This record gives sequence, C-alpha cells and structure tokens, in this order.
Amino acid sequence: MSYRRRASPLHAARASVGCAYCAALALATLLLSAPVALGAVVVSIAGAAVGAGVVREMRRAALLALPLGLLVMAVNMLVAQSGLTVIARLGDLPVFGQTDVTLEATVYGAVLGLRAIALILCGALYTTAVDPDEVLALFRRFSFHSALSATLATRMVPVLARDARRLAEAQRCRPGPPPSRARLMRATTSGVLDRALDVAAALEVRGYGAARRPPRGWRVRRPWSRHDLAFAAAAVAIVGLSVGARVANLLPFQSDPSLHAPVGAEGAAVAAALLICALLPFADHRGIER
Amino acid sequence: MSVLSLERVTYSYPGAGAPAIEDVTLDIGPGELVVLAGGSGSGKSTLLRAANGLVPHFHGGVFAGRATVAGMDTRDHGPGALAAAVGTLFQDPETQVVMGTVRAELALPLENQGEAPAAVARAVEEAALALGIAHLLDRPTAELSGGELQRVALGAALAGRPKLILLDEPTSQLDPVAGDELIALLRRLNEDFDAAIVIAEHRLERCLGFADRAIAMRGGRVVCDAGSAEFLAWACDAAPELATPGARLLSGLGLAPVAGVKAARSALRARGLLPDPDPFAAGASVQRDRKPRRRAEEPALELDRVWHEIDRGPAILRGVSLAVVPGERVALMGRNGAGKSTLLRHAAGLMRPTRGKVKRSGRVALLLQNPTDYLVHERVAQEASPGALATVGLGDPALADRHPRDLSGGEKQRLALAIVLDGAGGGTGGAAGGGAGGDLNYQTAVVCLDEPTRGMDRRRKDDLAALLRELDAAVVVATHDPEFVAAFAGRVVLLGEGTVIADGSPAEILAGGTYFATETARILGGAGGALVSEQGIALVTGPTGSAGSAGSAGSAAPRAEVRA
Repeated sequence: MSYRRRASPLHAARASVGCAYCAALALATLLLSAPVALGAVVVSIAGAAVGAGVVREMRRAALLALPLGLLVMAVNMLVAQSGLTVIARLGDLPVFGQTDVTLEATVYGAVLGLRAIALILCGALYTTAVDPDEVLALFRRFSFHSALSATLATRMVPVLARDARRLAEAQRCRPGPPPSRARLMRATTSGVLDRALDVAAALEVRGYGAARRPPRGWRVRRPWSRHDLAFAAAAVAIVGLSVGARVANLLPFQSDPSLHAPVGAEGAAVAAALLICALLPFADHRGIER
Repeated sequence: MSVLSLERVTYSYPGAGAPAIEDVTLDIGPGELVVLAGGSGSGKSTLLRAANGLVPHFHGGVFAGRATVAGMDTRDHGPGALAAAVGTLFQDPETQVVMGTVRAELALPLENQGEAPAAVARAVEEAALALGIAHLLDRPTAELSGGELQRVALGAALAGRPKLILLDEPTSQLDPVAGDELIALLRRLNEDFDAAIVIAEHRLERCLGFADRAIAMRGGRVVCDAGSAEFLAWACDAAPELATPGARLLSGLGLAPVAGVKAARSALRARGLLPDPDPFAAGASVQRDRKPRRRAEEPALELDRVWHEIDRGPAILRGVSLAVVPGERVALMGRNGAGKSTLLRHAAGLMRPTRGKVKRSGRVALLLQNPTDYLVHERVAQEASPGALATVGLGDPALADRHPRDLSGGEKQRLALAIVLDGAGGGTGGAAGGGAGGDLNYQTAVVCLDEPTRGMDRRRKDDLAALLRELDAAVVVATHDPEFVAAFAGRVVLLGEGTVIADGSPAEILAGGTYFATETARILGGAGGALVSEQGIALVTGPTGSAGSAGSAGSAAPRAEVRA
C-alpha cells in the first residue's frame, strides 16, 4: 500500500489539509465511544475511500485490521469480568481462571475493536491519499532527516514487497526441501540491509548528509483551492462535532455495571452530521487533475 | 584545471586483504567523456566511489594518496559537500530514486544544497527537458519503468549542473533500447552541458564510439589510458576480453581497430573489404542456418497455445506455442514487457496458464534474474552439492567456506545455477549420474535462465556460454544480449506483445536487425549471416584468406600508453 496520485478531491487537496482531515477522523474515533458514533466514523472512512478511489487498498487494510479488532474484542471478553449480564459461563480456564462472559464486556470489547479498526483505516487513508513528498516538504524546516526517513520508508514498501515476492519465487525454484524459516528470515534481512546500504549511498551522493535547514518562507506559496478549503472545513467540523458531543455528552455510552447506550435525536443528528461533514467535500469534482 | 584528479590513490575496504584500487593516478579535464573498462572486481566502481567521496567517508577503510574533485580534496569534503560538483548514477534504478514523484526527486539534491525555490524550479524544468522526462514530472516514481527510473535518477544527478558525472554500469539493468537511448542521451548532455562524464561499462561497443578516452583497470590498477582507437589496439593485444567485437573483426583482418559501427564500416569500405550486404549472397562463407532441427524425439518442454491474462489487466502471453527438444539451446529475445520472463515462469510451473497447456518431460530448473535471492546458507558448500558446484566451476575448495553473499556477481550467478541444477537438493552431496563436467544428478529436463548476463563482463559471459553448451538438458535463456546469444544459442525465438514474432537460427534473426543484432552483424550489414568476429573474418577473407594481407594498417596503429 502506497500513495498514488489519483483524480479525487482528497488527492487534489494540499498535504497539510489531507493530514488534518485524516487526523480529524482519527480524533473522532478516539473521542467518541458510542457504537453509533464509531459506526458513523467507520462509514465515513469507507465513503472517503470510495470518494478517493482507494477502495482496493483500503479493503486490503480492512482485511488486516479485522482480525486485530476481533482479537481485541475476544481478549476483552475473556479478561474483563465487569458487567451484570452473563451470556456464557466458560468455567475454569487455564490462564484466565474462572471465566464468565458478560454482554457488557463483549460490547465494550467490540467498541475497542471497532476503534482499532477505525484507527488503522485512518492510517491507511492517509497513506494512500496524502502525498508523502508534500508532507516531507511540510516538515522540512523542523526535522528534515526524520521526515525524509518516513518518506523513504513509504517509498521502499513496494520495493521491498517486490523483493519479497522475488525471494519467494526463487525459493520455489530451489529443488529439495525448502530452507527453514529462520534461514529465510536471515536471507531476507540480509537483502533488506543490502537495499538499505544502496539507498543510503544514493542519498549521500544527493547531498543528504550536507542538507541544510531551508530559510523561512522557502516554499512557493500556493493559493488555496476549493478542495483545500472544503477538506479543511470538514476537518474543523469533524473535530468540533466530536469535541462538542463529548463535552455535552450527546452520545452517552456506559458498559459497567450494565449496558447503557441510548441514541437520542441529538446523538443521531451528531452521527449524521459527522457522516455528512466527512463526505461532502467529495461531491465537488471541479479542478481535479491526476 | 582538472575536474577530477587522483594522485597515487590506494584504497582498501574495511577488513579486505588487498587494496581495491592501488596507486591510481589520473586527471580528467572539463567536458571529457571517459569510458572506464575492466572486468568485474577490477576496481572500476571503487574508483568512481573515490571520486564522489563515498570512499572513504561512507565505506570506511584505508585511503592513501590524494583525490581532488573540482578543487575539493575528498579527504576534507564528504559526499554531501561534493554533491554540488559531482553527480552519480549507480546500476540499480530502484534504490536510487527515493522520493514519491519525479519532480520531488529532481528537486531533492538542490533543496539539500539550500537553493532558492525559483532556482530549484528552474533547474528541475531544465533537467526534465534535457532528459525528455518533462511529461513524467508529476508521475509517481512507483509507476515508472526501469528505463524511466534510470532517466529520473540521471536527472537528479544532473539537476545541480555538476561539473563531473559518474556512471557505474548505468545500462546493466536496462533493455537494449533503453540502454542505447541512455547512452545517446549522455552523449548529448556531454556536448550541451559541458560536464565531464566518466562511465564504467562492460558493453564497451555501446560507448567507445564517442568517448574521448578509455581507461582500463586490472587488479585495481590503471593498465591503459588512451584514446578509443589506441585503447582498442591495446586491448586486442593485451586484454582481448576488453576488445569490442568490431575491434576483433578489424584486428583479425589486419586493420587498425576503431570504435563504433560507422567507423568500422568505413575502415572496411576503404579497403574494399565490406561484403555484399545481402545476408545470404552467393559465395558467402558463412552458410545460412537451416530452420532449427525438430528432432523426432519427445520435446523436453512444450507450450501449447499458452495464454497468460492478468485479472483486470492485459494479456502478457497470447497463445504462445513453443517446443524445445533435449539438448536444444534456445534464446528468448524481445523488448521489456514482451513476455519473456512470464514464459519462463510458465515453463517452470511458477505460473499457471489462463488458457493452453505446458508439458514437461522432467524437472525444469529456473534461474531468475537476481541470483542473490537463491542464497540462504552461510557457506558456499551448504548451498549445493560438490558435483553441482564443480559443474559450474565453483569446485575450488577455497570457495567452499566463503559466505555466498561475499562472492562476486559472476560467482553468485554460477552458485545460483548450481542450486537450481542440483537435483540432490543442496548441500547433501549425494548426487550421482551423468551430466556435464561433474557427477551431477540430472533429473533436469530443461534449464531456464532469465537475463543471466546482466552486469557480467565478457570473460564471465564466455564461461557461462561454454557451460550452457555442455549441459545435456534443453536450455532456454531470456536475454537482451545478442553477443551472448551468438555464443551459445542454436535457435532464437523473438517475442513481441506476448506472441512469437520470429523463430529461427541466430543467423536468421540476429544478422539483419539493429537492436537484436551483434556488432559484427551491424558492421557487415548482416552479410553472410556472420554474427561473431571470427565468422566475419572468415566471411571477408573467404576460403583463401585473401584479406589477410590487406591490412598492414594494423602495424601502423598508434600504440596505447600502457602502464604496468
């Protein structure tokens, strides 16, 4: 999974705005606990993936995130003994001891799992829709070397994935029993280190070691496009709604001692507003080029 | 004033027993185009790394002597500081391009130098226009082909208008079309930018024609430093592995070697030795090969209308039918993307055809492009059986305990070949049975190699061709290297857009082309189907060897400055 420029409103927005939009969605995930709110955030991210044309990449990220979410839920179910509504008595389990599974712990585990999935999807949306070169330029004045390392890591992911596929093919061509996993791991690590050495040498001869902090105002100022404005407004609105809903407790959620998650009119309105704010910028397709 | 000056430079890598370069003294002036020649391990890459400051600042080790680049002593200035004066291009484009888009890649070196935004933008545009990559500026680097990536990396090396450009086998990862385009581009840049260029290259016939000088290295020392023609005259006598096919042809005819196809043709024409361009004119001494013999025996490998269609993508193979009988030597040629590697993967069973069938009479050994991917053990002896190692020329006991990744490129290639040929399965040493050159267990019906000569010097290519000729199994090699094809193949299959567009003997396929032709064939215009210099000499001299006396010019050839 890596960034590829696409003809989408999110790709057309500047990197700082793209970062802010993804960060706002992540913040909403962390601030809101009610299942309906988290569901709205996840649907927003899915809608953003459709709008940005990165469905295939996001589906891959979701397939990775889903088992993690389920694991979080299962662990919470077994470990948390809070809640009054017992739905299963598992008896004396090794490691866990006397285990009763409660509805409250299960729902709370599901909320945690959903939150983990939403955060991973936010990261995936950022990776696929925000230009890492522009992000590097943003951080250049503050921490150029760290930012370049991060950019490089993103750029190297597909290269190393290709290396891994090549290595796997080569091992299939070896006659006899396949080498042990430890040997393969060592060979893979050696290959990655070789790559790292080559990249480091290439960076050196491009003047990386002598890179200077650019002067203030070194970047050419770009006028704000309609997409910059739309996604910036969406980010502000998402943060505002999330903070407001949290402070005003519009979407209450309680799982101990008993489940309490009423969805009133205000809560439903907040969830709908979140969804609309997140997806509205994708409606405008003017001034987009690949 | 010299752009690059080395004074008695000696350098050893950390932990190395012997110096990689020793007592090297040379000067390169502004605007000079210099070709660096020499076999693998001769010190070419180390010399380039000494010129850009990676030696010793990046690699460490012991450095003696003095290297000055554009007036900067490399002992006092690291590669970062030297980057303003030196642009460097390495072999592998994948690891040189570090940014996400072409524009950002071209801008990076200038931004590192703290250039003003307007200067960066202007330099990026100029470099892109000079290299013909302006249309790629906003493309993600992940989507570029190898040739495009190499151009972008060259653009990044050029963007700061360096006084010296160093290129370390820049075409070794490219197909012949992209390689020739890159070399032509360098020639134009040398004229337009007035930058001095030093290029290390194995396929000297590509660039000697327009080089001002050639420097030959052997064992870390400069053994010849002369103009192209003088260098070729020296190489024909003292280092035949560095002589181009054209030079060997002229030298064999008693003429002074010259660089470049056009100059060689002129030299032959001046002596009345250029044969009739009709490839198969009456009286040609090299006879036209017949159609490949289709022996009655069962094919070792048979592809029957094989298609490979990517889901929601293009068809890579389109109904390819191909039968290869045991002992046959087949070269698969065609530009990048023609389907050569995919065909080999189908042959070996790594891929399944979406339509059609593949039949194999036994095991298919496949050596993919990167031999390092096969190496997983700590010692050479653990990787393959002694018989397999002996077969590929790695039977020397001194090699047995070496780490496979410490071998040279050519040795790694042969070790990987030993691994895939080794029916006994690596390191057990229990192989038995008949086979070329050793006691290897040849259950192998077909040996497939994908671009095995990338980055190999001529001597190693000759060794590999000899090894392939000795194998009992059918051999199918995907390659861009026509000289290598002429050395080993009995049949050439040319692929284009996933279909077989030509299938015939090497003389039929390679004699009349430009990109898929040997240098000898291009000089002789395909006459007589001659592909290698020996055939060309036989063609020109005829059965009586009449041209042998025509070339007294050989003795008049200026001698190179030869250093011991």
